[in-house]
Amino acid sequence: MTKVSMSVNGRAVSGETEGRTLLSQFLREELNLTGTHIGCDTSQCGACVVHVDGKAVKSCTMFAAEAEGADVMTIEGMANTDGSLGMIQQAFQDHHGLQCGFCTPGMVMSAADLLKNNPKPTETEVRAYLEGNICRCTGYHNIVKAIMAASGQDVTIAAE
Amino acid sequence: MPADGGIGASPKRREDVRFLTGKGNYTDDINVRGQAYVHFVRSELAHGHINSIDTGAASAMEGVVRIFTGADFESVGGIPCGWQITDRFGEVMQEPAHPVLAQGKVRHVGDPIAAVVAETYEQARDAAEAIEIDISELPAVIDMKAAVANSDVKVHEDLISNLCYDWGFVEENRDAVDAAIKGAHHVTTLELVNNRLIANPMEPRVAVGDYNSATDDHTLYTTSQNPHVIRLLMGAFVLGIPEHKLRVVSPDVGGGFGTKIFHYAEEAFCTFAAKACGRPVKWTSSRSEAFMSDAHGRDHVTKIELAMDAEGMFQALRTETYANMGAYLSTFAPSVPTWLHGTLMAGNYKTPLIYVNVKAVFTNTVPVDAYRGAGRPEATFQLERVIDKAAREMGIDPIELRRKNFITEFPYATPVAVEYDTGDYHATMDKLSEIADLSGFEARRAQSASNGKLRGLGVNCYIEACGIAPSNLVGQLGARAGLYESATVRVNATGGLVVMTGSHSHGQGHETAFPQVIADMIGIDASMVEIVHGDTAKVPMGMGTYGSRSLAVGGSAMFKATEKIINKAKKIAAHLMEAADSDIELKDGQFSVAGTDKSVAWGDVTLAAYVPHNYPLEDIEPGLEETAFYDPANFTYPSGAYACEVEVDPDTGKVDIKSFAAADDFGNIVNPMIVDGQVHGGIGQGIGQALLEQAVYDSDGQLLSGSYMDYAMPRADDVPYYTVDHSCQTPCTHNPLGVKGCGEAGAIGSPPAVVNAVVDALQRAGHDITHIDMPLSPSKVWSAMNS
Repeated sequence: MTKVSMSVNGRAVSGETEGRTLLSQFLREELNLTGTHIGCDTSQCGACVVHVDGKAVKSCTMFAAEAEGADVMTIEGMANTDGSLGMIQQAFQDHHGLQCGFCTPGMVMSAADLLKNNPKPTETEVRAYLEGNICRCTGYHNIVKAIMAASGQDVTIAAE
Repeated sequence: MPADGGIGASPKRREDVRFLTGKGNYTDDINVRGQAYVHFVRSELAHGHINSIDTGAASAMEGVVRIFTGADFESVGGIPCGWQITDRFGEVMQEPAHPVLAQGKVRHVGDPIAAVVAETYEQARDAAEAIEIDISELPAVIDMKAAVANSDVKVHEDLISNLCYDWGFVEENRDAVDAAIKGAHHVTTLELVNNRLIANPMEPRVAVGDYNSATDDHTLYTTSQNPHVIRLLMGAFVLGIPEHKLRVVSPDVGGGFGTKIFHYAEEAFCTFAAKACGRPVKWTSSRSEAFMSDAHGRDHVTKIELAMDAEGMFQALRTETYANMGAYLSTFAPSVPTWLHGTLMAGNYKTPLIYVNVKAVFTNTVPVDAYRGAGRPEATFQLERVIDKAAREMGIDPIELRRKNFITEFPYATPVAVEYDTGDYHATMDKLSEIADLSGFEARRAQSASNGKLRGLGVNCYIEACGIAPSNLVGQLGARAGLYESATVRVNATGGLVVMTGSHSHGQGHETAFPQVIADMIGIDASMVEIVHGDTAKVPMGMGTYGSRSLAVGGSAMFKATEKIINKAKKIAAHLMEAADSDIELKDGQFSVAGTDKSVAWGDVTLAAYVPHNYPLEDIEPGLEETAFYDPANFTYPSGAYACEVEVDPDTGKVDIKSFAAADDFGNIVNPMIVDGQVHGGIGQGIGQALLEQAVYDSDGQLLSGSYMDYAMPRADDVPYYTVDHSCQTPCTHNPLGVKGCGEAGAIGSPPAVVNAVVDALQRAGHDITHIDMPLSPSKVWSAMNS
């Protein structure tokens, strides 16, 4: 067992892990941050996306020990300080960008990373960026729409 | 209308806040103090005799609590099947045993052989590696027609063959259909495959068993669409636990699409093992396990023949389908290719004679059961594909051919035993023409051609049957369950309501939509209504959510219970205002006496019900809580018309969906935003089936598409924005809300639209191609163009 320490959502945390413990497991099982979801075992689905030192990372692709000293942000850290939904979260609710909610944390974390690096993406760029996040409920329509809206762009879609 | 959303409004979903902030409560988020973890050892072979299982070394490993094998489950029941089909000769289907852990044989890759319970997941997995299992491999039965033709190798030795049943519907029509086809002016024939799919809700299945030895109470937390059904099936048929000693909880569930309807061995295992080990036992499926243990969907091989007269009027329809059951009968598997498929073969059309033959076959593959649409997509696909082919053979425009055969008078009794109550198929086709701008297609085709792309248009209709019912009829058809729904409406003293519904929400937004109905009925804010579901200890009874039944059946039960509430509240109000019951009116949350200015508020009445100082105790009981069970008189019949435009790259065969439009008739609509979302999701899955997805087995029974690196899930860049419309509304005539159901329509109506569009594009480019089997991958399309 190894002791790891990191900052998660602005709070210093530490815990004991096996060398093979993934960051996603550490967040869920050690820190009880169960908003980070595990939807596959091949790093394809994106339900476990978090931010590590400001970059979007599938937390199943990292060992917890690799995040030693890192600054980690999870879905639990995305709301405004007063507890209200953050801008991207609010856009997902406004545009019905989620149904069962299981892929949603990863979608929101990916969307935040996209908009940080590309504040006004085109629809094509949004869809291309979401290649690594699978949703089975929405057919992606309202997720794309929510992200476009969160970027401040017009989301009037003809004949909808 | 209530300020925060009555019927027809689209308030924001209240469940979203917890899902968007990471505060959802999914089953894997539940940990019970002291729990141990289970890892299942699954068969790597499709078919074989188990000679020995040596757990000695594994049992001695660190952290191992106990190792179970099939021998531990010999004294309990097997996983039951919930539907018994009677075949065309009057014989009941062949029904094999389905043990919790394999006994004597393994029958598909993924069949659980042993289970290690340990202190941690890692220890359970490590110990599983040390179990030595000796299996003599047997030839695998994979191809359905070969499985029926040759009984030398049987999936189940104790059955007489690999044929589960040979079903004919309607059997009495068989000779008349044969004669009509023989004498017809023209017969269009099509052979096709409805590709095997894997539902893939994003949340893998999870089960946590807990047992209290002091009270003899069992609790199972499980990712289910219908916890009461699991309680009954597992309690009564597998483990012998009466309902009052067994609680099943399904909290937030991350998508289902049918595959979380069924009772699975892992649920029974965790419940059993919690008692046997004396501590809670948790199982969380990996995605890899899900691919080989979640029930698969579709997998039909069909020949369909459509007979027409010289004008293109449909005279008769004959189909023959081989339907894969997999290695065991999953909960509702036998009903899918029969009563959920054969009864839909009339589609939207006045075909006077129909005969459907279905041969259900056991193979060494994962069990196959209902997946979004369940039988209805298979019926729609073959019918709408053969009509498109027929139109070309007859030289009639495909839309015109459909229109001239539309059913136009309702109610309409089909020759396949169902009676459509309402519909207007010309109206949805007219609406589709408008929203899809069908008249502009030629201009768009020319534009595509100038870019070197082959553009095609596919149009089709669909009919759905939702809310399967009534119970006495489905009982005659072989169902071993009733298909009603229940709701209890509890009004609290200060006027707030709690609704305990047997429906289950795993993405459909019931917590938002159901209160809209009650708020509308009473005239109070929807925020005063709370929905409770997914817990057998809280909800009296429930048949759950599948088959697009929640609002039509569960919502109707809730409506009926609320009517009882209002009737009793009016009696209380009448007493408070010293008026006759019959003079009391309820509007905007106020009870008033007709023709006077006397009124009392909703909250005054509810308080009086619980503080009955001034109360007619001699006539009515205190309190305000009512339960209703609603058993529908018929299915509901949503319908619609869909259009897809594609561009095919002639150099690579890649299909690009340029637009997709859906005009649906769902009857009355409670929440248009949620309905749009349901259609979007269904279309996304239908495009997935048409272009991307297929569960592939090799001839040895190895699942080749066993991960997201091999099974092509639709991604955001595989699909376009969709254009959806549900303004055509012919309300259901036999449920109190006039609603029809919208959950599966998109997945039912969209695959033929995509394939029709691709075939259209290729034919317009001069290719003599009448059909390509799904999924229409670039290699298949390119090969078709270049063969």
